[in-house]
Amino acid sequence: MTTTFRVLGLLALVAMALVPVLPLGPAQEYIWHVVIQIFLWSFVGNAWSLMGRFGLVSLGHGAFLGVGAYATVLLWNFYGMTPWLGVVLAVLLTVALALVVAYPCSRFQVVGHYFALVTLAVGEVVRLWIVAERDWTGGSLGVSLKTGGTASGLWTLQFADKRVFYYVGMAAWLFGLWVWWRVDRSMARSAMEAIGEDETAAASVGIRVTRFKMGITALSAALTALGGALLALYLAYTNPDTLSGIGVSLRIVFAVVLGGMYSLLGPFVGTALTIALSEYLRIYFGIKLIGIAETIYGLLLIIFIIFLPAGIYGSIRDALFRRRPAGSSGGVGVRAPS
Amino acid sequence: MLEVSQVTAGYGAFTALWDVSLRVNSGEAVAVVGPNGAGKTTLLRAISGLIAPRAGRVTFEGAELAGHPAYDIVAHGIAHVPEGRRLFPQLTVAENLKMGAFLPAARGHFHESLERVYTLFPVLAERSAQRAGSLSGGEQQMLAVGRALMSRPKLILFDEPSMGLAPVMVLRLFDLIRRVREEGYTILVVEQNVRQVLKLVDRAYLLEVGRIKMEGRAADLAEQDFVRKAYVGF
Amino acid sequence: MIEPIFILEAVVNGILLGGVLALLALGLNLIFGVIDIVWIAYVDLVALCMYAVYFLVTLYGWPLWLAGLGAIGVGAGLGVLVHLLIITPILSSPPINQLLATGGLLFFIQSVATLLWSTDHRSVRVSLPTIEVGGIFISFSRLLAFGLSILAMIALYLFLKRTYTGTAIRAVSQDREAIALMGARPQRLYIVTSAVGGAMAGVAGALLIIQYAVHPYFGGAFGPLTFMICVLGGLGNMVGAFFAAFIMAQVISVGGVMVSTEMGYVIAFVIFIVLMFVRPGGIFAKRG
Repeated sequence: MTTTFRVLGLLALVAMALVPVLPLGPAQEYIWHVVIQIFLWSFVGNAWSLMGRFGLVSLGHGAFLGVGAYATVLLWNFYGMTPWLGVVLAVLLTVALALVVAYPCSRFQVVGHYFALVTLAVGEVVRLWIVAERDWTGGSLGVSLKTGGTASGLWTLQFADKRVFYYVGMAAWLFGLWVWWRVDRSMARSAMEAIGEDETAAASVGIRVTRFKMGITALSAALTALGGALLALYLAYTNPDTLSGIGVSLRIVFAVVLGGMYSLLGPFVGTALTIALSEYLRIYFGIKLIGIAETIYGLLLIIFIIFLPAGIYGSIRDALFRRRPAGSSGGVGVRAPS
Repeated sequence: MLEVSQVTAGYGAFTALWDVSLRVNSGEAVAVVGPNGAGKTTLLRAISGLIAPRAGRVTFEGAELAGHPAYDIVAHGIAHVPEGRRLFPQLTVAENLKMGAFLPAARGHFHESLERVYTLFPVLAERSAQRAGSLSGGEQQMLAVGRALMSRPKLILFDEPSMGLAPVMVLRLFDLIRRVREEGYTILVVEQNVRQVLKLVDRAYLLEVGRIKMEGRAADLAEQDFVRKAYVGF
Repeated sequence: MIEPIFILEAVVNGILLGGVLALLALGLNLIFGVIDIVWIAYVDLVALCMYAVYFLVTLYGWPLWLAGLGAIGVGAGLGVLVHLLIITPILSSPPINQLLATGGLLFFIQSVATLLWSTDHRSVRVSLPTIEVGGIFISFSRLLAFGLSILAMIALYLFLKRTYTGTAIRAVSQDREAIALMGARPQRLYIVTSAVGGAMAGVAGALLIIQYAVHPYFGGAFGPLTFMICVLGGLGNMVGAFFAAFIMAQVISVGGVMVSTEMGYVIAFVIFIVLMFVRPGGIFAKRG
């Protein structure tokens, strides 16, 4: 990045940090709400793209979101466990789930379509299980976060003032970007790209394929779980359809693809656009045309995949820097042995 | 019957054939010989339509075929027995042969063609319910040839038929091609095994690094140095 | 303790369910086996066919059997449309793009359905009797659906085995260039495959609407299950999918009776994960 971009980036960050303290008029709480959502969802999107960019297309990230969210909320509701601890446990639980699924997939070259279907199944079943165990998960109705009452906000991570969550969200988002950037610069990236091109060849030069794949999956799952927990804490509510299931999983993927899967800020751009679009449509149509937002999403997703696979941000960036999209040849799927 | 004029063809940035011209007259048996990588397979693929020539013409019985897709060219009467046989491994012998007769014109004569093939290659009749992938190399070659015959072609292209076959099988194979020729088919064979193929054909071309270096009657070419060299450095 | 008679009933119902699940899995597998692309939105296409039957019967008063045929036509037409508009442009894209394209289609179908027909559950009221055999109660509509699924599968088998086009479809998945040398157009074969896959979705839709209500998120209920069955049987393996469907159906049915309906699915999932550990290529993976 050139100096100009660095300066611009810094200015943008400062501007973002200042939003909560600027007088934005009567709609300011709404604006904060939208931006918080953008922060948290693009954090999740970045987490997903850690796997997606290397050909590990997961259509079941809703599972990780759901486990992260529900574990945190239920540990607080039933055991009064502070979310500081609850989130940690939730993340560990999610990583365990991720490893259980990732192990056979990594070890036995389950990639591409095959892998996507497995993750899709996982995502849906987590949702089904949440619904099935309705006695303590609340089933399809979801579960609300019990109020902390007199306990200090920091202990319970419940704040009346949205602005705290604004900064929490922004911190999470920046953290996610940092992780992405670190992975991008690490050995793991080269290893994963090699694996994506030709697993057997990669293994033959000593790359520990299984280890890398499981590692990336665990990292992605952990971050996603964190995102889910934060979302649940912010919204003080979670339900199996908003935080697990195919719909959510696809929406994450769509946002990342729209913005550009192979770039650092792609997920942010994509998420910002989709959330902005969704809010705009909601204001414009009210409740008159339910489903119009998703209809447009689905259509856009298809069109983008066909014509602009590097996404909006990715395409613009590549056009500006006139280089071949990094890793855009990635995602070599191996058919299941049959 | 077949006229290839100044064909240039290749893959992507790589050009395998430069300005190649050759002729096959009706009833003839013609060979194209040359070392590995000379472009022989590319030549046949350009004729049968698997790749489109970048320049030049391919004329068959008056029809211009360059650039036409493979499924169209076979309808004109050119059958291609590809390099490596390219059978359908999970389909049975009978099903492979049935696919050979996919063309509407060929379907009408399916039983007749099948009889012919089974008479020519009795082994195939015995193994008709067996999966093609489980046949021996020699049997696979026979099936590949039989499959080509099912489309009732006028011209048959053989791409390196002896490849991967044991020496004993190679002799049988050329015998087989001779019998096909005797049935009345015009054939164009591309081969590395120079000595054997020159015994089989009327005329031959030498293709080296994408260009025709020599052509003539088989008997004349057999006297040439390169044949003797090939025999030694096989 | 649950009485054995209920377990037996669950087993029988499991077999009946297996028939329809097998039909779903076969359609998906056919397309994947030939074209090498998974239609994530496949079960949503089935849902559209279910809607087709529903509207043909309730709005236009068609008899059920005719609406069923109509659904098959709709399915085949949708199959061709999907292939031409969405699949063909992405045939040589990396798998992730292919998945996202059909995933986007899923999104699109579900939301258009919500837009047009709201989230109401719609079913076709069929007054078919319940048969009693030795203490077990079997719904006739389930029996009918099972019988027709088997017939459809036999028809598919005959098509693939006996006809020129069907055999060519099997051939094109083994060697695309070679089949072109025989005079068959791979593109056309793909279109036929998509049409047949879509037609099977139509059959499945017609059979499902008499047992279940349709709503825009129907695909979310049966979709993942169908995918699990395909993966279990070995992706692309038709015979494997057939058996996997019945196995899964048994687990769901018996598990559903012994614990709870949703838990039946959860147990099936756990078994799926376990089997993935043991036989990642699917329990019927062909060797080599």
